[in-house]
Amino acid sequence: MWDWDYVYELLPKLLRALPATLGAALCGFALAVLVGILIAIAGRSRFRLLRGLTTGIVDFIRSTPLLVQLFFLYYSLPMLTPLAMSAFATGVIGLGLHYACYLSEVFRSSIDALPKGQWEAASALNLSKARTWFSIVLPQAMPPVIPIMGNYLIVIFKETPALSAITFVELLMRTKNETSISFRAFEPYTITGGLFIVVSLLLSLAVSRLEKRFKNRTTA
Amino acid sequence: MNSIYMPDQVAPAKVQEQPLIRYEGVTKTFGELEVIKGIDMSIYGGEKLAIIGPSGSGKTTLGRMLMTLEEPTSGIITIDGEKLWQMEDKRGRLVRANEKHLHRMREKIGMVFQHFNLFPHLTALRNVTLALTSVLKVPKDEARERAAEMLGKVGLATKLDEYPSRLSGGQKQRVAIARALVLRPKVIVFDEVTSALDPELVGEVLEVIKEIAEDRETAMMLITHEMEFAREVADRVVFGADGLIVEQGTPEEIFDCPRSERLQAFLGRFR
Ligand SMILES: Nc1ncnc2c1ncn2[C@@H]1O[C@H](COP(=O)(O)OP(=O)(O)O)[C@@H](O)[C@H]1O
Ligand SMILES: [Mg+2]
Repeated sequence: MWDWDYVYELLPKLLRALPATLGAALCGFALAVLVGILIAIAGRSRFRLLRGLTTGIVDFIRSTPLLVQLFFLYYSLPMLTPLAMSAFATGVIGLGLHYACYLSEVFRSSIDALPKGQWEAASALNLSKARTWFSIVLPQAMPPVIPIMGNYLIVIFKETPALSAITFVELLMRTKNETSISFRAFEPYTITGGLFIVVSLLLSLAVSRLEKRFKNRTTA
Repeated sequence: MNSIYMPDQVAPAKVQEQPLIRYEGVTKTFGELEVIKGIDMSIYGGEKLAIIGPSGSGKTTLGRMLMTLEEPTSGIITIDGEKLWQMEDKRGRLVRANEKHLHRMREKIGMVFQHFNLFPHLTALRNVTLALTSVLKVPKDEARERAAEMLGKVGLATKLDEYPSRLSGGQKQRVAIARALVLRPKVIVFDEVTSALDPELVGEVLEVIKEIAEDRETAMMLITHEMEFAREVADRVVFGADGLIVEQGTPEEIFDCPRSERLQAFLGRFR
């Protein structure tokens, strides 16, 4: 049944797909955080149009499947516009925008939890809006949600197989290709499952390290 | 005498003619609740004005309207003769102040809050330097120097690098005072700055305020329940109740010969 020789031959091949997979996940996550913050900020704008627009976009993205969004970005967008991107870039943007919509809700509630007095002190010191966001609000609102952000990083990593639908050769696609060559499924899928577990564990370890570092720095 | 509207003729002799701050017919309504019912009042440059009155009478709201945290429902507040909440548009019409106008006006105003509102993620020193460097564009070294000097003045020279969580309430409030003072505003609103403190810490904060009140440059609006402190520090005292000014005068006039029954009753509770 289980063939170790085949495993040793297979493992390096599968590992070679890991950097691109992890890279897409990490870049997608970074984009999701960045855009998530921007959405949370826009949600507090004093311009009602901007607030309404962001709510609309967030609701729309959250109520359509990631896969559909990826197809749209990869196949439809180049037909509608001059925008044609590589599978990797499309994957990163697709994952980033999709999860930005979830992360923005996380950020929003953390920002809402900040005492009103912090905004008022910033205003009394005549800090600009941008300075208030970047020196007062975000530095206090982000650390408490590091664990939740970490969960989303792992979720995004586990969603990378969706990128195979737009021809991006990530871990699962690589595995499938191997099975179609060797006509063996047991070892490849087991190894790939194992790799997902190992990487997820490593990521959550890194996140809890980061969380501890922030906890040690200050607590109010 | 029980008149509600008192023309504010009682300017101390040592201050200049033109008031620094004027409230003219200012009202404030929260929903259905009229909290400020038409206030006319002046604060002169460098003047220490104490505001006393029962809680719920609108003292905090009065200060917050000056700090631009609360917009008056009607009436006008001026600073140096310039309207705080209104400005002229290109065609010379009076319109609601925009963020840019408020930003410029706020340079003249500072506030110390009842609950300190220090930034917990920044050290005492960074709390004080932040606005210096980012708003007034003071170079980093100079800002550090000025902030350290100011923290020394409030007795915290050894606490520069402490985070607020490691300071006592009295120390926190002194950082907040240094943070407001270092920007050299023309007026600082002190909103019951000792009422959130443990009784044994009240003294140190009042001492610091008395000391900085020696400086004749900065006007202060001292909203307080500390009557002895008000008598000692204030040039003039305003007694308000139910959103109106009931009586105002020198500390001697207010505390030694209160005229209205309301003030007499109010002061009776502190004896
Ligand atoms: N943001 C607000 N919304 C609704 N009511 C308010 C608000 N701020 C103050 N009030 C009400 O206005 C009244 C006066 O409040 P305040 O100015 O804090 O009085 P004081 O400082 O003299 O105790 C109180 O009845 C208070 O409940
Ligand atoms: Mg109050």
